[in-house]
Amino acid sequence: MSKPLRVLIAKPGLDGHDRGAKVVARALRDAGMEVIYTGLRQTPEMIAEAALQEDVDAVGISILSGAHMTLIPRILELLRRQGQGHVRLLVGGIVPDDDLPALQELGVAAVFGPGAHTEAVIQAFRAAVAAAGERT
Amino acid sequence: MELADAVLAGDRLALARLLSRIENGDSDGQRELAVLYANGGRAHRVGITGPPGTGKSTLVNELAKALRASGDTVAVVAVDPSSPFSGGAILGDRIRMRDLAGDPGVFIRSMASRGALGGLSRATGDVVEALDAAGFQWILIETVGAGQAEVDIARTAQTTVVVEAPGLGDDVQAIKAGILEIADLLVVNKADLPGAEASLRALRASLEFGYGSSREEASESWVPPLLATIATRGEGVAELAAAIRRHDSYLGASGEGERRDRRRTEAELEAALRDQLVAQWREGVSEGRLQAALDEVLARRQTPRQAAERLAAEPDRAREAER
Repeated sequence: MSKPLRVLIAKPGLDGHDRGAKVVARALRDAGMEVIYTGLRQTPEMIAEAALQEDVDAVGISILSGAHMTLIPRILELLRRQGQGHVRLLVGGIVPDDDLPALQELGVAAVFGPGAHTEAVIQAFRAAVAAAGERT
Repeated sequence: MELADAVLAGDRLALARLLSRIENGDSDGQRELAVLYANGGRAHRVGITGPPGTGKSTLVNELAKALRASGDTVAVVAVDPSSPFSGGAILGDRIRMRDLAGDPGVFIRSMASRGALGGLSRATGDVVEALDAAGFQWILIETVGAGQAEVDIARTAQTTVVVEAPGLGDDVQAIKAGILEIADLLVVNKADLPGAEASLRALRASLEFGYGSSREEASESWVPPLLATIATRGEGVAELAAAIRRHDSYLGASGEGERRDRRRTEAELEAALRDQLVAQWREGVSEGRLQAALDEVLARRQTPRQAAERLAAEPDRAREAER
């Protein structure tokens, strides 16, 4: 049986702009993925817990608030601690170029800014999960 | 069998992975489920169904909170539709269930319908079995937004709650066959909206009309209660939880619960048998013969049923020779 990719799209932090997250969720759906959409104002703990219960292959985080350097490491740490080190994290939103090397260092698979093409986002999710290798 | 052991020991990641294997139809998922099966059969399974937008997810969130308040553990299975074109899905039921985050007595799993049309997915029943064996006392199963005919939930759940909202139809809708007939409990949610009284009246009339006639053999002494809720404010939810517990007691005391379990298990056995027979048959037939039969149907020389009859009746000689 075919196995669709399962992806969690979440929006941590306090800003209320989820248009980008919805556009991405919709694009991934149209690419044949099962997208668990959790909505606004998720804490890193809520995101990690949802990733666990839903057994997702990747997590897409939308951040426009500038808090990525606090939120992202925390989410990655929680995922790792609960045995989900294989889950790929992708980030969309407003991230200054200066922060990109640090995020890469942390293990973020890809970062997308405003105006990113949805096709590129879809490819990045596929590539990130493929690179993470076959799950056991 | 390492996953099954870990699930029984309370490992939530193992449970999540097992649910994926079951959902994907992996044979080792089925093997693990077989190990767990003897531990199941203890949870009370509650189906929540009704048209899209009636507030099912919000009601599930509130109901889970009410059940948790008395110390019971709760698993939620929420099904949303898969796209018939891409096969993808947006599973958005967690948005309304954020109050349940961080509670170790709660486990929420979203599922895509993956082409099934009855309001659930094919694997939902097995996923529920795994959650049951994992020890959750309540399993709340939220269906795809269901209109009239998506009644699979009545076979999977022991108690079926049908959720309506004001303004969705006139009193003829209330007497149509289908979803209202499977209700053990009937809820008008969003009862603060205009038209709530009219909806309650129409449904009450329909219930009074229906009981004592068409369904008497299904439930001699259970008349589905009609409840009004405002899930966003938690109003009426304690009453709903109490009514579900009453229905649970009724199922036990009347013997209806056992009858339903037997019917459900019989349907599961039949479905498994059908899958098994089809799989066995597919092994003995070449792809070429199947495509040839398909061409015959496409050319309208045979109906699909005629082609199926021939395929099933005649052994595949080419395949036999191959062996």
